Amino acid sequence: MSIKESSEAIFSESPGKIALRTLRRDKRSIISLAILGFVISISLLAPVYAHFIAHTNPFNSSLDALAHVGGKSVPVLEASTTGLGLGVTPIGPTWNPSSYFLGADGQGRDVMARLLYGGRNTLLIGTSAAIICIVLALLIGVIAGYRKGWVDAILSRLLDVIWAFPVYLLAISLSVVLLTSGLTVGFIHLGPGSFALPILIIGVVYIPYVARPIRAQVLTLREREFVRAAVGSGAKDSTIIFREILPNIIPSILVFVPIIIALCMLTESALSFLSIGVQPPSASWGTIINDGLALLYTRPWVGIAPGLLIVLTAASLNLYGDAVRDALDPKTRSRGDS
Amino acid sequence: MRRRSLVLNSIISAAAVAASVLVGGATSQAASAGGMAPYDPAHAGGTIKLVAAAAAGSLDPKINYTGQYWQLYQASYDGLLGFRYGDGKASFEVVPDLATALPVMSNGGKTLTFTLRSGIKFSNGQPVTVADVKASFERIFKVSSPTAGSFYNGIVGADVCLKTPASCKLDKGVVVDAKTNSVVINLVAADETIISKLAVPHATINPANSPVKDAGTTPIPTTGAYMFKSYDPNKSLVMVRNPYFKEWSHDAQPQGYPDQIQFQFGVTPTAQVTAVENNQANWAYDPIPADRLNEIGTKYASQVHVNPLTAMWYLPMNVNLAPFNNVKARQAVNYAIDRAAMVKIFGGSQLAAPVCSFLPPNFPGHTDYCGYTKGATPDKPATAWSAPDLALAKQLVKDSGTAGQAVGIVVSDDDVNKQMGVYLQSVLNSIGYKATVKPISGNIQFTYIQNTKNKVQISVTQWYQDYPAASDFLNVLLGCASFTPNSDSSINMAGYCNKSFDAQMNKAMALGLTDSAAANKLWGQLDQQVMKDAPVAVAFTPKQLDFLSSGTKNYHFSLQYKMFVSQLQTK
Repeated sequence: MSIKESSEAIFSESPGKIALRTLRRDKRSIISLAILGFVISISLLAPVYAHFIAHTNPFNSSLDALAHVGGKSVPVLEASTTGLGLGVTPIGPTWNPSSYFLGADGQGRDVMARLLYGGRNTLLIGTSAAIICIVLALLIGVIAGYRKGWVDAILSRLLDVIWAFPVYLLAISLSVVLLTSGLTVGFIHLGPGSFALPILIIGVVYIPYVARPIRAQVLTLREREFVRAAVGSGAKDSTIIFREILPNIIPSILVFVPIIIALCMLTESALSFLSIGVQPPSASWGTIINDGLALLYTRPWVGIAPGLLIVLTAASLNLYGDAVRDALDPKTRSRGDS
Repeated sequence: MRRRSLVLNSIISAAAVAASVLVGGATSQAASAGGMAPYDPAHAGGTIKLVAAAAAGSLDPKINYTGQYWQLYQASYDGLLGFRYGDGKASFEVVPDLATALPVMSNGGKTLTFTLRSGIKFSNGQPVTVADVKASFERIFKVSSPTAGSFYNGIVGADVCLKTPASCKLDKGVVVDAKTNSVVINLVAADETIISKLAVPHATINPANSPVKDAGTTPIPTTGAYMFKSYDPNKSLVMVRNPYFKEWSHDAQPQGYPDQIQFQFGVTPTAQVTAVENNQANWAYDPIPADRLNEIGTKYASQVHVNPLTAMWYLPMNVNLAPFNNVKARQAVNYAIDRAAMVKIFGGSQLAAPVCSFLPPNFPGHTDYCGYTKGATPDKPATAWSAPDLALAKQLVKDSGTAGQAVGIVVSDDDVNKQMGVYLQSVLNSIGYKATVKPISGNIQFTYIQNTKNKVQISVTQWYQDYPAASDFLNVLLGCASFTPNSDSSINMAGYCNKSFDAQMNKAMALGLTDSAAANKLWGQLDQQVMKDAPVAVAFTPKQLDFLSSGTKNYHFSLQYKMFVSQLQTK
């Protein structure tokens, strides 16, 4: 293809298609998506693993259960027989997928099965919280930036109030209060064990981190010629927002999505680790790390395995976020193409 | 009392104290029949370093209600009477301390006459006088000591003091004579438990000019072998020798060995273990994390001391709240819990044993029975717990019509209690409830579960024996008088109040004044009787594990106050 043909091809494609094509070629994007796909897949298959492979119910205490190791049945909680005979230790990894692959926790539950179920919850809460965060941040940022004046002043101060608190302090405070008695708004009641509570809490605390840059971008866009032209031609506010403003901030939102999911996932894990996120007997990677903390000396895999998955998933999301940013950034793209 | 708190919200039986010396029972590894060996100055000196995760609140001996500090008060404060420094069951014996002898009882047991020892000084050099004795008893009410209303309400004039603490005067209740050094305590009615009540830290003698409010972190002068030098609840507590102390009773207040006792706070339980292993600390206060038990039991076995305790881990069920206002629901829980599984969570069979009776093994009134085990019923009990009966438990839940109801389990937020809560949640879910676990800070859980305002349905808690008296368990934990709605001091957490049962307990206590054997037999019957109503589910009886550094010697264990800190030697 000649330079001219190539240029024509590029100019005939939409920015979205170009970005997609760039992403498909980006190794970071491919690797991170592969890892994410793997983590999501195994998490979604948690019930299959628990019921058909491990034959276990990871939500019930099984202190008297037996594991199969080398053709023998052994108790999952082994009483010490050496020295003074103090302590009872959960069985360690058997590396046998059908029986306590990663060992048992202090309740005699299969750690691998809980890890997979925990992944479902962590990813569900992280993704849901990120969606809530981004939707609300988009709403607030666009309205504040477009309307300016007193609307902007009120919304910006509201964001300042949330921003004034360290994010974890705010999340912990809200969790401690809401997880005790649940949340009742009108006829809607969210029980203390409801996943909706951590989703809402985490989603809300990150709103300023997304809404602020969006507001700033809208403020800039509002002064651009094409928006002024639309205003001058008598277009409605809603038309300007949906046709002129939103399409120009979508690339920023797309960059935010994986990063905010990673942040929300980490926050969920932190809250659950502190026992103020996902409540027992449900699992999340954070609760499993908490379980593992008490077994760090004898059964470190209980804590290490969910830790590794958190690192892997968060790193993949961030890596993908970087790739998306580069794909959507014409300057980076042009540098890459040259 | 709880694990951390050597709380005596109890009615204590002096007759049972004496009886306890006679009853058979488990003894400490280090226990012997007698008291401490004579003081050996060759081993004196050095510093004993203790480590704990947290401080235990006010240092005021009239206020503090925790085992953590009561263990230290042994070596610092004295009452007219005290518990003997001795291993095992010898430690239950009440001996004269600041008094020259046990009281002369007269007026049908309503008048106790003591003579105060002469020549004893507080750690600030001030002599101990009978005025201090009277002021100390009045101060119990002025500072609203936790046991003011339960232990000392029988003193003449106490009723007024309880109503108007600030102006408390016990002119008729505690009559002193400076010329003869006599102290006469007048009671409204004879109390078989008064001797023991006078031996606990809340009845210790403090200077008459002590503040009439909680002294908090400011040390009050002591009479014992040690005094408190400094106290920062965020950092440490330091005890040094009392310069005015001269041993007057080796049984009640022997000379201590270390020159200094340092209690460092803010050390996590696992860091405590490591510190003791590395000889950076002499003793770890908090329970050893389950993860480290096997390690210390194998590598450091010679430094580990395991002693039986007359105590229980149990699950109070609120008999006034659904679903446990239904006796079948409560019985279902008793049948469903796998006590052996709970023992595993606690650390294994070397550290605990399953029980179902309210009165622990080796305790006055205890009988070997279990109405809630496979193949038994409360009317036809087995001699011991063998296995849970989940099928019967499910049937009982179904019959009670409470299946599907939500149940909140309130537990402390430490590892073991949380694990117990999660296990209980699993059990309750398996028999038809929708259970949730609510872990809350250990600092408030014990009072939180007592207050009916919090609508706690079921909780996991502990009661550790202070004295071998059946009333310390049954009357305190299940008596109507111990149930105070909307109060943080309602130790009858089940809210169980059965007038007929109360009357029988009163009969047993009265019988204890004259015939302790008959009284204990009656207590045993009452134990079985009340467990038919199942206001609680008793899970297991624990043991005390002390882990000392390799250089720490002269370990002695009191069944009353646990390890004698002042008797530890580093030389």
